Formats: sequence, C-alpha cells, structure tokens
Amino acid sequence: MDVTVGVDFDSVQLVDVSRHFGRRRALANISLTAGAGDIVGLLGPNGAGKSTLITLLATLAAPSKGEVRYGGQPASRLGPALRTRIGLLAHELHLYPELSARQNLVFFAELYGLDPRGLVDAALESAGLTDRADDAVNGFSRGMRQRLALERALLHRPRLVLFDEPFTGLDDHAVGLIADRLRALAAAGAIVVLATHDLDLADGLVTRVALIRNGRLISDEPAAPGLRARYRAQVGAH
Amino acid sequence: MFFRTAWLVLRKDIAIEAKSFEVLTTTLFFAVACVLIFAFAFVKEGRPVEDAAAGILWIAIAFSGTLALGRTFERERYGETLRALLLAPAPRAALYVGKLLGMLALLAIAEALLAPMVALMFQAALFSRPLLLVGLLAGGTLGFCAVGTLFAAMLVRARSRDVLLPILLYPIIIPVIIAGVRGTAALLSTPPDDATAIMWLGILGAFDTVFLTLSLWTFEPLMTE
Repeated sequence: MDVTVGVDFDSVQLVDVSRHFGRRRALANISLTAGAGDIVGLLGPNGAGKSTLITLLATLAAPSKGEVRYGGQPASRLGPALRTRIGLLAHELHLYPELSARQNLVFFAELYGLDPRGLVDAALESAGLTDRADDAVNGFSRGMRQRLALERALLHRPRLVLFDEPFTGLDDHAVGLIADRLRALAAAGAIVVLATHDLDLADGLVTRVALIRNGRLISDEPAAPGLRARYRAQVGAH
Repeated sequence: MFFRTAWLVLRKDIAIEAKSFEVLTTTLFFAVACVLIFAFAFVKEGRPVEDAAAGILWIAIAFSGTLALGRTFERERYGETLRALLLAPAPRAALYVGKLLGMLALLAIAEALLAPMVALMFQAALFSRPLLLVGLLAGGTLGFCAVGTLFAAMLVRARSRDVLLPILLYPIIIPVIIAGVRGTAALLSTPPDDATAIMWLGILGAFDTVFLTLSLWTFEPLMTE
C-alpha cells in the first residue's frame, strides 16, 4: 500500500490556536503558516510552548481554541489518514529498546501499512546500521539510536516533518548528518518544523524563524543573518 | 486496518516479552507469592478456612493484573513509544484492542498457574465445572483488563501513575471482582450451584459489554492529550 496516495497537503496553518492544560496557558492565539520547502525554526526559551505546538501539529493533542489546518482542512475532517503524512522526531526516540533495529523498523512500517521488504533495508543503510540491523537497540549509542529514530520517523515519506529538539546529546558529526537530511527533506517538498533552543544550529539551517515566548508568537519572519542578536532583542538573553 | 493494527501491537508486545520475560515473570512471581501468603494465613493444620479459595483466587488475579498493567505500559513510556503508536494512521481504538489482547494473554497464563495452585492449596474443587470456571475467569479477566488497559494508557505520562492506577481502577472493577468471587464460590459449594454461577457469569457478560464499549468509545478522546 502506498500511504502517500490519499491525503496530501502543501501547507499547514495554525489559526488563532490556544492550548490550556487546566488553568495553565501553554499557547495563546498563535497564527502561523508553513509551506512546502520551508524549514521553520520554532525558537524560544525552555517552557515557551515549542513542544506543545509540535504536539498540536502532530495531532497528538487538540487545540483548546482555534484550528490547525492541513492544506486548508482541519484534522477532524481528514481523519486518521492525515497521520500518513506526518512524521515526528523528538528527543525521546520512539523506539523499543528490547527489539532490534530491523524489528523496530518493520513494526512501524507495517503500522503505517507499508511493505517492509526493501524499505527497511534501505532505511537501515541510510542510518548506517546495516551491520547492526539485528542487534537490540538498547546496545546502541545515542547517535545510532537517533539515526535509527530519524529513519523510523521518515519511513512513510511524510509531508509534514516535525523535529522537537532532535539534536540533544549528539556529537557534531551526528548533528551534521541530521541537518543535511533536514535540508534534503525540505528540498524534496516537505514542510519541516524544527523546535530548538540551539541558535547556532538554527542559524543557517532554517528558512523562517518563529520566536515564541510564554506561549505567544512574538515574531515570524524569514531567516536572516544575526539570528542571535535578534533573539536576544526579542526574547531576552541567551 | 483495525484488526491488523491490533494484531501488530499484540505481536510487537509478544516479541518484546519473548526477549525479556520481564512482565511475565514478575506477574507470575507476584501471583504465586500472593497465594502462598494467603495459604500460610488461611490454612491451619492442613484445613483451609471455608469459602476462602474463591476470594483468594480473584485477589491474586486483581493484584498481579494491576502489576502487569503498570509494567506493560511502563514499556510504552520509555522512549515515549505510546506517542509513536498514537501517530500511526490507524484508528486509535485498534491500539487499545492490541494492548488489551496482550494483557488478556498474560493474565490467561497467570490464571492457568493460579487456578490449579489455589485448588491444591485450599483443597477447593475448582475444576468440578471446568467450562463454567473458564467462563467466569474469562469474563472477569476481560472486564478487569478492559478498564485497566484504558486507565493504564491514560496514566502513562502521570508522575504518580503507580499510585493512581489502583486508586482509579479498583472502585470501577469492584462489581467484576464481586461477580467473579460469587460465581466461583457457587462452583465450590457442595454440590456445585450451577444456576448461581451462570447468573454471575451473565452479570459479568453485561459488565464486560458496558466496560468494553465505553473503553473503545473513550480511548481516542482520552489519549488526545
């Protein structure tokens, strides 16, 4: 089954989105649009609401107010098929440590209705784990796990690729590999949303910058040199 | 897609358990320890306290089942894999059914050990009506797991999940445990009271239908944070 057939979209739009957890306001009146080829950097200090925004975009939570639209349509109208076009890589890797790299990929491929033959071998090769394919993930280094998690998140060729602090704990080589992959995804027409507070990494990688503080979007503009200075001016010291 | 997803989740859980035997061994160890402790308390000079066996069997099932629920979902918490499952383009209720089937299989194994053990240690004629016993165990276990799986999934990200799970679960499943105990006690009377056991089996069936329907209905909204 080709999961790319069916639901597809070339933009994602947050329309006046707010999200509350009990009395705590995590996001307030966020409006933001991202299109195919964009790498949107969600920047802000810890607790700003970046991860909540990623969670809403991933359909793992619903907004308390407002709407998230995928190609102009709300998630509720598109149903579970929408999730065939969304991929998420977070700091937590979404892998089963007891299973081997191959077993993890086969499980998630089948869960997405994909034929794992060929696809899984290609993903293992792309992660540089072909010779460790049948080893349990709990024996892998952080970098190996992250590469595997990246392939897992991209197995179904998502249109909307969400990264939530994907570079935490990685060495420069691993960071470079993921950044290159991220650029390639955007070049291929994916909508990439990257939540991070690593300004050095975001500078030169993202094509648009959305600054968030205390759950509010304080700026949304094309990326330009001098990101750290603008961040300091708008968000505070970093 | 629904049943295929449920099967994939069940198969994945079996594959993990086959590698570690972690949940199975801790559940069985706890269940056996529970029955042994009761045996020391309620069997004096080789004679068990009358009518204790049914209650002890169901307490052992409920306690070991609670432990298994916590451990099974602890796996999904590590690495936040439950979120990855929820991201899959399948009906989210299918994920619930997959986890539920895994719990049912686990408790079936525990009960296959517990029932003969209770029968032996408490000199209880549990197997005088084997089909009714299997029906009561299946009905009670389904009701327990239907609610337990829902609550355990809901509490995956809660800090006090180990404390909250029994606090939330036991008040809801008390009718199931009572029906199981009374039905099993009817089988242990002399002669076995088939009519009463069948009545409790019917009540269990009604509870199961309600709990399963509500759980399937509420799983998706409850899991969408």
